[in-house]
Amino acid sequence: MFDTLIELFSYPFMQRALIVGILVSLSAALLGVSLVLKRYSLIGDGLSHVGFAAMCIALALNLAPMIVSIPLVVVAAFLLLRLNDSSHIKGDAAIALISSTALALGVIVASLRQGMNVDVSSYMFGSLLAVDTNDMYMSVALSLLVLALFVVFYHRIFAVTFDEQFAKATGTNVNLYNMLIALLTAITIVIGMRMMGTLLISSLIIFPALTAMRVLRSFKGVVLCAAALSMFCMIAGLVCSSLMSIPAGASVVMVNAIMFGLFSLISMIRKA
Amino acid sequence: MALLTLNDVCMGYEHMLAVEHVTAVIDAGDYVAIVGENGSGKSTLIKGIAGLMGLRSGSIKLGDGLKQGEIGYLPQQTRAQRDFPASVMEVVLSGCLKGSGSSLFFSKQDKQRAQHEMQRLGILPLKNHCYGELSGGQQQRVLLARALCATEKLLLLDEPMTGLDPAATAELYDQIRMLNRERKVAVLMVSHDVGGALRDATKVLCMHQTMAFFGTVQDFYSSHYSDELTGGDHHHV
Repeated sequence: MFDTLIELFSYPFMQRALIVGILVSLSAALLGVSLVLKRYSLIGDGLSHVGFAAMCIALALNLAPMIVSIPLVVVAAFLLLRLNDSSHIKGDAAIALISSTALALGVIVASLRQGMNVDVSSYMFGSLLAVDTNDMYMSVALSLLVLALFVVFYHRIFAVTFDEQFAKATGTNVNLYNMLIALLTAITIVIGMRMMGTLLISSLIIFPALTAMRVLRSFKGVVLCAAALSMFCMIAGLVCSSLMSIPAGASVVMVNAIMFGLFSLISMIRKA
Repeated sequence: MALLTLNDVCMGYEHMLAVEHVTAVIDAGDYVAIVGENGSGKSTLIKGIAGLMGLRSGSIKLGDGLKQGEIGYLPQQTRAQRDFPASVMEVVLSGCLKGSGSSLFFSKQDKQRAQHEMQRLGILPLKNHCYGELSGGQQQRVLLARALCATEKLLLLDEPMTGLDPAATAELYDQIRMLNRERKVAVLMVSHDVGGALRDATKVLCMHQTMAFFGTVQDFYSSHYSDELTGGDHHHV
Protein backbone atom coordinates (compact mmCIF):
# COMPACT_ATOMS: atom_id res chain seq x y z
CA MET A 1 0.00 0.00 0.00
CA PHE A 2 2.67 2.47 1.07
CA ASP A 3 4.90 1.51 -1.83
CA THR A 4 2.05 2.01 -4.26
CA LEU A 5 1.55 5.51 -2.89
CA ILE A 6 5.21 6.40 -3.20
CA GLU A 7 5.23 5.10 -6.73
CA LEU A 8 2.07 7.04 -7.50
CA PHE A 9 3.48 10.34 -6.34
CA SER A 10 6.70 9.84 -8.21
CA TYR A 11 4.86 10.66 -11.43
CA PRO A 12 5.30 14.36 -12.31
CA PHE A 13 1.62 14.76 -13.29
CA MET A 14 0.58 13.39 -9.92
CA GLN A 15 2.90 15.79 -8.11
CA ARG A 16 1.50 18.70 -10.06
CA ALA A 17 -2.04 17.62 -9.33
CA LEU A 18 -1.23 17.30 -5.65
CA ILE A 19 0.37 20.74 -5.39
CA VAL A 20 -2.43 22.49 -7.26
CA GLY A 21 -5.06 20.42 -5.48
CA ILE A 22 -3.84 21.28 -2.00
CA LEU A 23 -3.53 24.99 -2.72
CA VAL A 24 -6.91 25.20 -4.42
CA SER A 25 -8.67 23.25 -1.71
CA LEU A 26 -7.13 25.47 0.94
CA SER A 27 -8.19 28.70 -0.79
CA ALA A 28 -11.65 27.35 -1.53
CA ALA A 29 -12.20 26.24 2.05
CA LEU A 30 -11.21 29.63 3.52
CA LEU A 31 -13.43 31.58 1.15
CA GLY A 32 -16.17 29.00 1.55
CA VAL A 33 -16.65 29.77 5.23
CA SER A 34 -17.47 33.36 4.43
CA LEU A 35 -19.58 32.54 1.36
CA VAL A 36 -21.67 29.89 3.12
CA LEU A 37 -22.31 32.16 6.10
CA LYS A 38 -23.30 35.03 3.84
CA ARG A 39 -25.76 32.70 2.10
CA TYR A 40 -23.80 32.87 -1.16
CA SER A 41 -23.17 29.12 -1.36
CA LEU A 42 -24.29 28.88 -4.97
CA ILE A 43 -21.99 31.59 -6.23
CA GLY A 44 -19.29 28.98 -6.86
CA ASP A 45 -21.69 26.95 -8.95
CA GLY A 46 -22.60 29.94 -11.11
CA LEU A 47 -19.00 30.99 -11.55
CA SER A 48 -17.79 27.55 -12.53
CA HIS A 49 -20.31 27.48 -15.37
CA VAL A 50 -19.09 30.86 -16.55
CA GLY A 51 -15.59 29.39 -16.37
CA PHE A 52 -16.73 26.48 -18.53
CA ALA A 53 -18.02 28.87 -21.20
CA ALA A 54 -14.77 30.82 -21.03
CA MET A 55 -12.72 27.64 -21.47
CA CYS A 56 -14.73 26.60 -24.52
CA ILE A 57 -14.25 30.05 -26.03
CA ALA A 58 -10.52 29.99 -25.30
CA LEU A 59 -10.21 26.57 -26.90
CA ALA A 60 -12.13 27.66 -29.96
CA LEU A 61 -9.91 30.71 -30.36
CA ASN A 62 -6.72 28.81 -29.53
CA LEU A 63 -5.94 30.99 -26.52
CA ALA A 64 -4.59 29.98 -23.14
CA PRO A 65 -7.65 28.97 -21.05
CA MET A 66 -6.67 30.84 -17.88
CA ILE A 67 -6.03 34.12 -19.68
CA VAL A 68 -9.54 34.12 -21.08
CA SER A 69 -11.35 32.65 -18.12
CA ILE A 70 -9.91 34.69 -15.24
CA PRO A 71 -11.16 38.08 -16.48
CA LEU A 72 -14.50 36.65 -17.58
CA VAL A 73 -15.15 34.85 -14.31
CA VAL A 74 -14.08 37.87 -12.28
CA VAL A 75 -16.54 40.06 -14.20
CA ALA A 76 -19.26 37.46 -13.66
CA ALA A 77 -18.46 37.41 -9.93
CA PHE A 78 -18.90 41.18 -9.62
CA LEU A 79 -22.08 40.98 -11.65
CA LEU A 80 -23.51 38.28 -9.38
CA LEU A 81 -22.74 40.36 -6.31
CA ARG A 82 -24.45 43.37 -7.86
CA LEU A 83 -27.52 41.32 -8.77
CA ASN A 84 -27.58 39.93 -5.27
CA ASP A 85 -27.79 43.43 -3.82
CA SER A 86 -30.45 44.70 -6.19
CA SER A 87 -33.99 43.90 -5.27
CA HIS A 88 -35.20 43.27 -8.82
CA ILE A 89 -33.89 39.72 -9.23
CA LYS A 90 -33.26 37.61 -6.15
CA GLY A 91 -29.73 36.28 -5.66
CA ASP A 92 -30.45 32.60 -6.20
CA ALA A 93 -32.46 33.31 -9.33
CA ALA A 94 -29.67 35.55 -10.65
CA ILE A 95 -27.14 32.75 -10.19
CA ALA A 96 -29.40 30.24 -11.96
CA LEU A 97 -29.83 32.64 -14.89
CA ILE A 98 -26.15 33.31 -15.34
CA SER A 99 -25.06 29.74 -14.85
CA SER A 100 -27.47 28.18 -17.34
CA THR A 101 -26.80 30.89 -19.93
CA ALA A 102 -23.06 30.37 -19.60
CA LEU A 103 -23.41 26.60 -19.84
CA ALA A 104 -25.51 26.96 -22.99
CA LEU A 105 -22.99 29.34 -24.50
CA GLY A 106 -20.12 26.96 -23.73
CA VAL A 107 -21.89 23.98 -25.25
CA ILE A 108 -22.79 25.95 -28.39
CA VAL A 109 -19.23 27.18 -28.89
CA ALA A 110 -17.93 23.67 -28.30
CA SER A 111 -20.31 22.02 -30.75
CA LEU A 112 -19.62 24.60 -33.46
CA ARG A 113 -16.01 23.62 -33.30
CA GLN A 114 -15.45 20.03 -34.36
CA GLY A 115 -13.50 17.48 -32.39
CA MET A 116 -13.83 19.21 -29.09
CA ASN A 117 -15.99 16.64 -27.37
CA VAL A 118 -13.18 14.95 -25.50
CA ASP A 119 -11.95 18.22 -24.03
CA VAL A 120 -15.43 19.29 -23.06
CA SER A 121 -15.97 16.14 -21.08
CA SER A 122 -12.68 16.66 -19.26
CA TYR A 123 -13.77 20.22 -18.40
CA MET A 124 -17.04 18.97 -17.06
CA PHE A 125 -15.63 16.28 -14.83
CA GLY A 126 -12.01 17.29 -14.44
CA SER A 127 -8.80 15.50 -15.16
CA LEU A 128 -5.55 15.09 -13.31
CA LEU A 129 -3.66 15.09 -16.57
CA ALA A 130 -5.04 18.52 -17.42
CA VAL A 131 -2.61 20.28 -15.10
CA ASP A 132 0.56 21.11 -17.05
CA THR A 133 3.65 22.85 -15.71
CA ASN A 134 2.52 26.33 -16.73
CA ASP A 135 -0.84 25.81 -15.11
CA MET A 136 0.92 24.71 -12.00
CA TYR A 137 3.11 27.81 -11.70
CA MET A 138 0.15 30.07 -12.30
CA SER A 139 -1.98 28.16 -9.81
CA VAL A 140 0.70 28.33 -7.14
CA ALA A 141 1.12 32.08 -7.62
CA LEU A 142 -2.62 32.78 -7.59
CA SER A 143 -3.35 30.52 -4.63
CA LEU A 144 -0.62 32.17 -2.61
CA LEU A 145 -2.18 35.54 -3.44
CA VAL A 146 -5.58 34.31 -2.29
CA LEU A 147 -4.14 32.93 0.94
CA ALA A 148 -2.11 36.06 1.65
CA LEU A 149 -5.08 38.38 1.11
CA PHE A 150 -7.30 36.18 3.25
CA VAL A 151 -4.83 36.20 6.13
CA VAL A 152 -4.17 39.95 5.89
CA PHE A 153 -7.86 40.85 5.80
CA TYR A 154 -9.06 38.04 8.06
CA HIS A 155 -10.60 40.29 10.73
CA ARG A 156 -12.33 42.50 8.19
CA ILE A 157 -13.67 39.48 6.36
CA PHE A 158 -15.06 38.25 9.66
CA ALA A 159 -16.66 41.61 10.40
CA VAL A 160 -18.22 41.88 6.96
CA THR A 161 -19.42 38.27 7.09
CA PHE A 162 -20.94 38.56 10.54
CA ASP A 163 -22.65 41.91 10.21
CA GLU A 164 -22.37 44.09 7.12
CA GLN A 165 -24.47 46.87 8.59
CA PHE A 166 -22.34 47.26 11.68
CA ALA A 167 -19.11 47.02 9.69
CA LYS A 168 -20.35 49.75 7.39
CA ALA A 169 -21.37 51.97 10.29
CA THR A 170 -17.88 51.71 11.79
CA GLY A 171 -16.31 52.86 8.56
CA THR A 172 -15.32 49.57 6.93
CA ASN A 173 -15.62 49.68 3.16
CA VAL A 174 -18.03 46.76 2.93
CA ASN A 175 -18.28 46.83 -0.87
CA LEU A 176 -14.52 46.62 -1.19
CA TYR A 177 -14.37 43.48 0.93
CA ASN A 178 -17.33 41.90 -0.80
CA MET A 179 -15.57 42.51 -4.09
CA LEU A 180 -12.35 41.12 -2.68
CA ILE A 181 -14.15 37.93 -1.66
CA ALA A 182 -15.78 37.68 -5.09
CA LEU A 183 -12.44 38.24 -6.83
CA LEU A 184 -10.65 35.62 -4.77
CA THR A 185 -13.50 33.15 -5.30
CA ALA A 186 -13.40 33.69 -9.05
CA ILE A 187 -9.65 33.09 -9.19
CA THR A 188 -9.89 29.98 -7.02
CA ILE A 189 -12.59 28.52 -9.20
CA VAL A 190 -10.69 29.06 -12.43
CA ILE A 191 -7.58 27.46 -11.00
CA GLY A 192 -9.39 24.44 -9.64
CA MET A 193 -11.71 23.91 -12.57
CA ARG A 194 -9.38 21.96 -14.88
CA MET A 195 -8.66 19.40 -12.25
CA MET A 196 -11.97 19.17 -10.40
CA GLY A 197 -14.27 19.83 -13.31
CA THR A 198 -16.96 22.45 -13.76
CA LEU A 199 -19.63 20.36 -12.12
CA LEU A 200 -17.70 19.61 -8.97
CA ILE A 201 -15.53 22.61 -8.18
CA SER A 202 -18.23 24.46 -6.28
CA SER A 203 -18.42 21.63 -3.78
CA LEU A 204 -14.86 22.49 -2.72
CA ILE A 205 -16.24 25.79 -1.50
CA ILE A 206 -19.32 24.51 0.27
CA PHE A 207 -18.39 21.16 1.82
CA PRO A 208 -15.46 21.97 4.12
CA ALA A 209 -17.21 24.99 5.65
CA LEU A 210 -20.45 23.10 6.28
CA THR A 211 -18.62 20.08 7.65
CA ALA A 212 -16.55 22.19 10.04
CA MET A 213 -19.68 24.03 11.22
CA ARG A 214 -21.23 20.73 12.36
CA VAL A 215 -18.76 20.53 15.20
CA LEU A 216 -16.95 23.82 15.77
CA ARG A 217 -18.50 26.90 17.30
CA SER A 218 -16.03 29.74 16.73
CA PHE A 219 -15.19 31.46 13.47
CA LYS A 220 -11.47 30.83 13.81
CA GLY A 221 -12.12 27.19 14.66
CA VAL A 222 -14.39 26.75 11.67
CA VAL A 223 -11.86 28.41 9.33
CA LEU A 224 -8.93 26.31 10.54
CA CYS A 225 -10.91 23.08 10.59
CA ALA A 226 -12.36 23.70 7.13
CA ALA A 227 -8.87 24.36 5.77
CA ALA A 228 -7.42 21.18 7.29
CA LEU A 229 -10.41 19.07 6.24
CA SER A 230 -10.33 20.40 2.72
CA MET A 231 -6.67 19.55 2.24
CA PHE A 232 -7.12 16.12 3.77
CA CYS A 233 -10.09 15.35 1.52
CA MET A 234 -8.16 16.54 -1.51
CA ILE A 235 -5.19 14.26 -0.80
CA ALA A 236 -7.39 11.29 0.09
CA GLY A 237 -9.56 11.93 -2.97
CA LEU A 238 -6.61 12.08 -5.34
CA VAL A 239 -5.16 8.87 -3.93
CA CYS A 240 -8.49 7.05 -4.30
CA SER A 241 -8.88 8.47 -7.77
CA SER A 242 -5.61 6.98 -8.98
CA LEU A 243 -5.88 3.72 -7.13
CA MET A 244 -9.43 3.03 -8.28
CA SER A 245 -9.19 4.76 -11.68
CA ILE A 246 -12.14 7.06 -11.04
CA PRO A 247 -12.33 10.77 -12.01
CA ALA A 248 -10.44 12.98 -9.54
CA GLY A 249 -13.22 15.53 -9.04
CA ALA A 250 -15.85 12.94 -8.21
CA SER A 251 -13.51 11.13 -5.89
CA VAL A 252 -12.64 14.29 -3.92
CA VAL A 253 -16.32 15.22 -3.61
CA MET A 254 -17.16 11.74 -2.34
CA VAL A 255 -14.49 11.95 0.37
CA ASN A 256 -15.88 15.37 1.34
CA ALA A 257 -19.38 13.93 1.53
CA ILE A 258 -18.20 11.09 3.75
CA MET A 259 -16.47 13.53 6.09
CA PHE A 260 -19.64 15.61 6.23
CA GLY A 261 -21.59 12.53 7.28
CA LEU A 262 -18.99 11.70 9.89
CA PHE A 263 -19.01 15.19 11.38
CA SER A 264 -22.80 15.27 11.41
CA LEU A 265 -22.73 12.04 13.34
CA ILE A 266 -20.28 13.48 15.86
CA SER A 267 -22.50 16.51 16.32
CA MET A 268 -25.56 14.30 16.83
CA ILE A 269 -23.79 12.14 19.39
CA ARG A 270 -22.61 15.25 21.22
CA LYS A 271 -26.11 16.64 21.47
CA ALA A 272 -27.62 13.37 22.60
CA MET B 1 -21.78 71.27 22.06
CA ALA B 2 -24.06 69.44 19.69
CA LEU B 3 -23.09 65.86 18.93
CA LEU B 4 -25.46 65.54 16.02
CA THR B 5 -27.18 68.26 14.05
CA LEU B 6 -29.92 67.05 11.73
CA ASN B 7 -30.96 69.74 9.34
CA ASP B 8 -34.08 69.19 7.22
CA VAL B 9 -33.18 65.55 6.57
CA CYS B 10 -35.14 63.72 3.87
CA MET B 11 -34.53 60.06 3.01
CA GLY B 12 -36.23 57.51 0.83
CA TYR B 13 -36.24 54.18 -0.99
CA GLU B 14 -36.48 54.27 -4.77
CA HIS B 15 -39.80 55.97 -5.47
CA MET B 16 -40.98 56.73 -2.00
CA LEU B 17 -39.95 59.00 0.78
CA ALA B 18 -39.57 57.43 4.21
CA VAL B 19 -38.26 60.35 6.22
CA GLU B 20 -39.16 63.97 5.56
CA HIS B 21 -37.85 67.21 6.99
CA VAL B 22 -36.33 66.05 10.24
CA THR B 23 -34.53 68.82 12.09
CA ALA B 24 -33.11 68.08 15.51
CA VAL B 25 -30.08 68.72 17.65
CA ILE B 26 -28.72 65.95 19.84
CA ASP B 27 -26.23 66.89 22.55
CA ALA B 28 -23.55 64.86 24.23
CA GLY B 29 -25.08 62.69 26.96
CA ASP B 30 -28.64 62.85 25.61
CA TYR B 31 -30.88 59.79 25.74
CA VAL B 32 -33.29 60.11 22.85
CA ALA B 33 -36.15 57.69 22.32
CA ILE B 34 -37.26 57.55 18.70
CA VAL B 35 -40.88 56.46 18.70
CA GLY B 36 -43.63 56.17 16.13
CA GLU B 37 -45.78 53.61 14.43
CA ASN B 38 -44.56 50.85 12.10
CA GLY B 39 -43.21 52.25 8.86
CA SER B 40 -42.97 55.77 10.21
CA GLY B 41 -39.30 56.06 9.25
CA LYS B 42 -37.63 55.41 12.61
CA SER B 43 -35.16 52.78 11.44
CA THR B 44 -34.50 54.64 8.21
CA LEU B 45 -33.52 57.74 10.16
CA ILE B 46 -31.13 55.66 12.30
CA LYS B 47 -29.58 54.22 9.13
CA GLY B 48 -29.03 57.72 7.83
CA ILE B 49 -27.26 58.76 11.01
CA ALA B 50 -25.13 55.59 10.95
CA GLY B 51 -24.08 56.43 7.41
CA LEU B 52 -25.68 53.31 5.91
CA MET B 53 -28.05 55.18 3.64
CA GLY B 54 -27.64 58.39 1.70
CA LEU B 55 -29.85 61.41 2.26
CA ARG B 56 -32.18 62.78 -0.38
CA SER B 57 -31.66 66.27 0.94
CA GLY B 58 -30.68 68.05 4.10
CA SER B 59 -27.62 67.30 6.17
CA ILE B 60 -26.44 65.44 9.24
CA LYS B 61 -23.48 67.11 10.89
CA LEU B 62 -21.34 65.41 13.48
CA GLY B 63 -19.88 67.63 16.19
CA ASP B 64 -18.00 67.45 19.45
CA GLY B 65 -15.16 65.44 17.91
CA LEU B 66 -17.45 62.60 16.80
CA LYS B 67 -16.27 60.88 13.62
CA GLN B 68 -18.47 58.88 11.26
CA GLY B 69 -16.71 55.59 12.01
CA GLU B 70 -17.05 56.07 15.77
CA ILE B 71 -20.74 55.43 16.04
CA GLY B 72 -21.76 52.33 17.96
CA TYR B 73 -24.59 50.85 15.95
CA LEU B 74 -26.75 47.98 17.16
CA PRO B 75 -28.74 46.86 14.12
CA GLN B 76 -31.89 44.80 14.15
CA GLN B 77 -30.74 41.20 14.22
CA THR B 78 -30.83 39.15 11.07
CA ARG B 79 -31.77 35.50 11.07
CA ALA B 80 -28.42 34.49 9.59
CA GLN B 81 -26.64 35.76 12.69
CA ARG B 82 -28.52 33.65 15.16
CA ASP B 83 -26.68 30.46 14.24
CA PHE B 84 -23.40 32.08 13.26
CA PRO B 85 -20.36 30.12 14.45
CA ALA B 86 -18.44 32.80 16.31
CA SER B 87 -17.23 33.11 19.87
CA VAL B 88 -18.39 36.04 21.98
CA MET B 89 -14.85 37.37 22.03
CA GLU B 90 -14.64 37.33 18.24
CA VAL B 91 -17.87 39.27 17.92
CA VAL B 92 -16.97 41.90 20.54
CA LEU B 93 -13.46 42.37 19.13
CA SER B 94 -14.87 43.07 15.68
CA GLY B 95 -16.16 46.34 17.16
CA CYS B 96 -12.56 47.49 17.50
CA LEU B 97 -12.01 47.57 13.74
CA LYS B 98 -12.13 51.12 12.58
CA GLY B 99 -12.10 52.24 8.99
CA SER B 100 -9.88 50.71 6.36
CA GLY B 101 -6.81 52.76 7.18
CA SER B 102 -6.00 51.44 10.61
CA SER B 103 -3.93 48.37 11.39
CA LEU B 104 -5.02 44.98 10.14
CA PHE B 105 -4.70 43.06 13.36
CA PHE B 106 -5.94 43.65 16.88
CA SER B 107 -3.60 45.27 19.34
CA LYS B 108 -3.29 44.47 23.01
CA GLN B 109 -5.32 47.60 23.80
CA ASP B 110 -8.11 46.37 21.54
CA LYS B 111 -8.25 43.09 23.42
CA GLN B 112 -8.22 44.85 26.78
CA ARG B 113 -10.97 47.15 25.65
CA ALA B 114 -13.10 44.22 24.52
CA GLN B 115 -12.54 42.47 27.87
CA HIS B 116 -13.39 45.65 29.71
CA GLU B 117 -16.67 46.17 27.86
CA MET B 118 -17.65 42.54 28.37
CA GLN B 119 -16.93 42.85 32.08
CA ARG B 120 -19.03 46.00 32.32
CA LEU B 121 -21.99 44.26 30.71
CA GLY B 122 -21.50 41.09 32.76
CA ILE B 123 -20.72 38.80 29.84
CA LEU B 124 -17.03 38.20 30.48
CA PRO B 125 -17.72 34.63 31.69
CA LEU B 126 -19.32 33.95 28.29
CA LYS B 127 -16.16 35.04 26.44
CA ASN B 128 -15.49 31.70 24.80
CA HIS B 129 -19.09 30.67 24.32
CA CYS B 130 -20.64 30.43 20.90
CA TYR B 131 -22.66 33.52 20.00
CA GLY B 132 -25.36 31.45 18.34
CA GLU B 133 -25.98 29.39 21.49
CA LEU B 134 -26.67 32.36 23.78
CA SER B 135 -30.10 33.55 24.85
CA GLY B 136 -31.60 36.56 23.07
CA GLY B 137 -30.77 38.88 25.97
CA GLN B 138 -27.17 37.68 26.12
CA GLN B 139 -26.80 38.12 22.36
CA GLN B 140 -27.98 41.72 22.61
CA ARG B 141 -25.48 42.40 25.38
CA VAL B 142 -22.72 40.97 23.21
CA LEU B 143 -23.73 43.28 20.37
CA LEU B 144 -23.92 46.18 22.81
CA ALA B 145 -20.37 45.41 23.99
CA ARG B 146 -19.27 45.36 20.37
CA ALA B 147 -20.92 48.71 19.76
CA LEU B 148 -19.15 50.13 22.82
CA CYS B 149 -15.80 49.02 21.41
CA ALA B 150 -16.53 51.21 18.42
CA THR B 151 -17.64 54.33 20.25
CA GLU B 152 -17.16 56.50 23.29
CA LYS B 153 -19.87 58.95 22.46
CA LEU B 154 -22.90 57.74 20.58
CA LEU B 155 -24.94 54.53 20.55
CA LEU B 156 -27.59 53.95 17.90
CA LEU B 157 -29.92 51.17 18.98
CA ASP B 158 -32.49 49.84 16.54
CA GLU B 159 -35.27 47.99 18.39
CA PRO B 160 -32.86 46.39 20.87
CA MET B 161 -35.65 44.75 22.89
CA THR B 162 -37.20 42.78 20.03
CA GLY B 163 -37.70 39.17 21.01
CA LEU B 164 -36.52 39.54 24.60
CA ASP B 165 -38.53 38.33 27.59
CA PRO B 166 -39.58 40.93 30.19
CA ALA B 167 -36.72 40.14 32.56
CA ALA B 168 -34.08 40.43 29.84
CA THR B 169 -35.73 43.61 28.56
CA ALA B 170 -35.60 45.24 32.00
CA GLU B 171 -31.96 44.26 32.40
CA LEU B 172 -31.01 45.68 29.01
CA TYR B 173 -32.81 48.96 29.82
CA ASP B 174 -30.86 49.14 33.08
CA GLN B 175 -27.58 48.65 31.30
CA ILE B 176 -28.33 51.21 28.64
CA ARG B 177 -29.30 53.71 31.35
CA MET B 178 -26.08 52.96 33.22
CA LEU B 179 -24.03 53.61 30.05
CA ASN B 180 -25.86 56.84 29.45
CA ARG B 181 -25.76 58.19 33.00
CA GLU B 182 -22.35 56.97 34.15
CA ARG B 183 -20.31 57.04 30.97
CA LYS B 184 -22.18 59.91 29.37
CA VAL B 185 -22.66 57.96 26.15
CA ALA B 186 -25.41 59.58 24.11
CA VAL B 187 -28.12 57.06 23.19
CA LEU B 188 -30.51 57.13 20.27
CA MET B 189 -32.95 54.28 20.60
CA VAL B 190 -35.68 53.23 18.22
CA SER B 191 -38.38 51.50 20.18
CA HIS B 192 -41.85 50.04 19.92
CA ASP B 193 -42.11 49.89 23.67
CA VAL B 194 -42.92 53.57 24.24
CA GLY B 195 -43.55 53.30 27.97
CA GLY B 196 -40.28 51.46 28.61
CA ALA B 197 -38.17 53.67 26.38
CA LEU B 198 -39.50 56.90 27.87
CA ARG B 199 -38.79 55.86 31.45
CA ASP B 200 -35.06 56.50 30.97
CA ALA B 201 -35.02 58.86 28.00
CA THR B 202 -34.39 62.57 28.32
CA LYS B 203 -35.73 63.49 24.90
CA VAL B 204 -38.28 62.10 22.49
CA LEU B 205 -38.28 62.17 18.72
CA CYS B 206 -41.65 61.07 17.39
CA MET B 207 -41.69 60.08 13.74
CA HIS B 208 -44.64 60.05 11.43
CA GLN B 209 -42.67 60.13 8.18
CA THR B 210 -42.17 63.78 9.01
CA MET B 211 -40.93 64.64 12.45
CA ALA B 212 -44.08 64.94 14.53
CA PHE B 213 -42.42 65.89 17.78
CA PHE B 214 -38.98 66.56 19.16
CA GLY B 215 -38.44 67.71 22.72
CA THR B 216 -38.25 66.65 26.32
CA VAL B 217 -40.15 63.71 27.72
CA GLN B 218 -42.33 65.98 29.89
CA ASP B 219 -43.38 68.07 26.91
CA PHE B 220 -44.06 64.90 24.94
CA TYR B 221 -46.47 63.60 27.60
CA SER B 222 -48.37 66.83 27.62
CA SER B 223 -48.68 66.78 23.84
CA HIS B 224 -51.38 64.82 22.00
CA TYR B 225 -48.78 62.61 20.24
CA SER B 226 -48.19 60.57 23.35
CA ASP B 227 -51.90 59.75 23.60
CA GLU B 228 -51.91 58.46 20.04
CA LEU B 229 -48.96 56.17 20.67
CA THR B 230 -49.69 54.95 24.15
CA GLY B 231 -53.45 55.11 24.00
CA GLY B 232 -53.41 57.63 26.86
CA ASP B 233 -51.93 55.04 29.16
CA HIS B 234 -49.05 56.73 30.93
CA HIS B 235 -50.22 57.29 34.46
CA HIS B 236 -47.29 55.22 35.74
CA VAL B 237 -44.90 58.06 34.94
